[in-house]
Amino acid sequence: MLIIILRRLGQSILVLFLVALISFLIFRFVGNPVDNLMGQEATLAQRAALEEALGLNDALYKQYFDFVWRAIHFDFGNSYRGALPVAELIASRLPATLELALTSALFAMVFGVITGIYTAIKRGGFIANLILSTSLIGVSLPTFLIGVLLIWLFAVELRWLPSFGRGEVVTLGWWTTGFLTVSGLKSLILPSITLGLYQLTLIMRLTRSEMLEVLRQDYVRFAKALGLSNRQVHFNHALPNTLVPVITIAGLQLGSIVAFAIITESVFQWPGVGLLFINAVYFVDIPVMSAYLLLVGVLFVFINLLVDLLYLAIDPRLRDSQLNGEG
Amino acid sequence: MFHKLLLTAAAIAASTVTVSAETIRWARAGDSITMDPHAQNEGATHALAHQIYDTLLQRDMSGSIIPSLALNWEALADNPNIWRLKLREGVTFHDGSAFDSEDVVFSLNRAMADGSEMKELLSSVKDVRAFDALTVDIETNGANPLLVNNLTNMFMMDKGWATANDVLTPHDVAKNETNFATMNTNGTGAFVLVSRSVDEKTVLTANPNYWGKDIYPNKVTDIIYTPIQSAATRVAALLSGEVDIIQDVPVQDLNRVSSTDGLAVATAAQNRVVFFGLDTVEGPTSNLKVRQAMNIAINRDAIKKIVMREQSDPTGVIMPPFVNGWTEELNQYPDYNVDAAKALMSEAGFANGFDITLNCPNDRYVNDEAICQAAVGMMARIGVNVTLDAKPKAQHFPIAKGGDADFYMLGWGVPTFDSHYIFNYLVHTQTDKRGSWNPTGYSNADVDAMIVSLESETNLAARDATIAKIWAAVQDAQMYLPIHNQVLNWGMKSNINFDVQPEDQPHFQFLTFN
Repeated sequence: MLIIILRRLGQSILVLFLVALISFLIFRFVGNPVDNLMGQEATLAQRAALEEALGLNDALYKQYFDFVWRAIHFDFGNSYRGALPVAELIASRLPATLELALTSALFAMVFGVITGIYTAIKRGGFIANLILSTSLIGVSLPTFLIGVLLIWLFAVELRWLPSFGRGEVVTLGWWTTGFLTVSGLKSLILPSITLGLYQLTLIMRLTRSEMLEVLRQDYVRFAKALGLSNRQVHFNHALPNTLVPVITIAGLQLGSIVAFAIITESVFQWPGVGLLFINAVYFVDIPVMSAYLLLVGVLFVFINLLVDLLYLAIDPRLRDSQLNGEG
Repeated sequence: MFHKLLLTAAAIAASTVTVSAETIRWARAGDSITMDPHAQNEGATHALAHQIYDTLLQRDMSGSIIPSLALNWEALADNPNIWRLKLREGVTFHDGSAFDSEDVVFSLNRAMADGSEMKELLSSVKDVRAFDALTVDIETNGANPLLVNNLTNMFMMDKGWATANDVLTPHDVAKNETNFATMNTNGTGAFVLVSRSVDEKTVLTANPNYWGKDIYPNKVTDIIYTPIQSAATRVAALLSGEVDIIQDVPVQDLNRVSSTDGLAVATAAQNRVVFFGLDTVEGPTSNLKVRQAMNIAINRDAIKKIVMREQSDPTGVIMPPFVNGWTEELNQYPDYNVDAAKALMSEAGFANGFDITLNCPNDRYVNDEAICQAAVGMMARIGVNVTLDAKPKAQHFPIAKGGDADFYMLGWGVPTFDSHYIFNYLVHTQTDKRGSWNPTGYSNADVDAMIVSLESETNLAARDATIAKIWAAVQDAQMYLPIHNQVLNWGMKSNINFDVQPEDQPHFQFLTFN
């Protein structure tokens, strides 16, 4: 067991080093940092001095390990755009993105599971078919279009919800939250729906097909034969078995919700890391770009590792076969 | 009792209405890059800086120069290399310290320091000296009659504040240091910075000790500035009443905004002209008659009506109307005349036309690629068979600048509001220092000499005469085919009275309510 955990950890660290390598190469070779830092009028001597100061004359592997070493200490240098430390910038933007990601993941999970179960139980029913066909919108319309449509309906025509921004936020230490004010909560609704709609559809379809699969199993048939009510069969016996793969997938999707927040954030002017990244691309702000890439990489690796370990903990068969494989 | 309560409620309601009417919620596409007023030379950054910091001279809402922190300015009669500026008395910074000539000397030197993006505008400055507490001398290398035009975006900082907070130079990213002035301000302007969250919200409140209190209307008490990058969201925020004024209304949404109750669109000519350039050295376009034929083959009215949805001002000269040297006659564009154009083509020996490539950007000017497509059709009518090559600006500009293009599109803004700026970049023979945007091959030694002479000619009447002469030469050579001046559209609540500023810079002390 320990060996497997160590092996998984080792693999994750290897992946992280690779992500760091790509991030480093972007920083080092997408546009010369010296050109970015100094104007066109800088003299050759000034350029040489800066190259020396930045360590650009060192061997490439040394520069890479310096980069990794600084990254471990959350030192990504200063943003070219505002001369603020990148780590500080990202930390100040992270709460907005995480709150949005969490809300939309919850939204997708709750509504996805409910509609998934409903459409499985009422298979072929009118409402179930209606839900299934409208859910196609979630997967077939691009995110920005959904966002714009929601804005036009709920902000411009009905004027129920704000069209942009985070509303009033409350500062708690280094964290800022929109959960504690009315305008903050109202501002969360449209972006969360926009961001979560795709996941919702995915979870719904997954829940539905898993549920249908489970309902075909022998134990469900026996439970019915035993005279248990439909309700007991569906919710006490079928549902728990349905949810294991659903939760796994939903967990894995959390990483992509954070990564895909870029589009939603730029439609709703949501001040999170996605918007920060888009603006960094616009201004060729390389330190921010490479730090963001690293952040998303770490997030994905971390979630994958967690899911892998959870699998091992939950499923003894997996554990045994792995051990057997070890010989 | 109830009656009294009702009255109080009504009074409170009335007072809240007045307060909210004086708060302006302002949105545009991009946020300011930094609050350091010398670190960036960029429109959105200057827009916020202009509310907080003042300049010596200012362009008002119509674009003309008015006194700001300097009351008057003149080149010394005995030494035209020195400009003497008399400063306004009794001006204080937001922290209470007094504004004097030391601050001007400090600020101009800071704007010329390493890390400043404003230094090109002051490249002719040799020295800045305090003559007395309220007089400043600026000495240039040779007379520079245009120097004061370059001071309208040169913001004044407090020397004491900058010293105390160690921001003596604009932020030097190379030093890997953060700079206090990127997020903090201390200006003399009409508004004080209250809070700022980058890309999210910047709050300003009226400066109670503003020197311009009795000079400008000063009706706005608070400003909430929100950048909204997505054009659709920006318009939606205006339509839903969440913001009061937006600076960049997309052309396709103009009707929607102006037809909404309580909203209005204010329109004005922008300081940017769009035109085609032609190779004058090689190929069929080296023939003047061909260039003349192509000029009258462009149907500018049709481009305005169909491509630009009426949002442009067709022109016959590559110069926006605010620029010194502009005249009604120059602006007059030729009639669209296919028959005359065909006749000219025959005279030039191209009765059967020729093939040419048109290089065009597709993300720089309003509807740039669509204008080029329209031009392809118009050229076909006189036998010129155009292949359109539209690219993003990052790829287009090297082609347009490099001299490889025979036929290309370019747009030009004139920050100094003087013809010399156009001549220096677009008309002068292409050399290391001048004519960097003149890939047409046009080269006229007399014209070059006249352009250089403008830089030190202090007799304004003689200078204007030279400008007119150069324009005549440019119009005769016809290496550029002018199309139109772009138009700015600001969308706002209809109770707001605000002119569109030709540099796209709102100065909120000028805003009034109906």
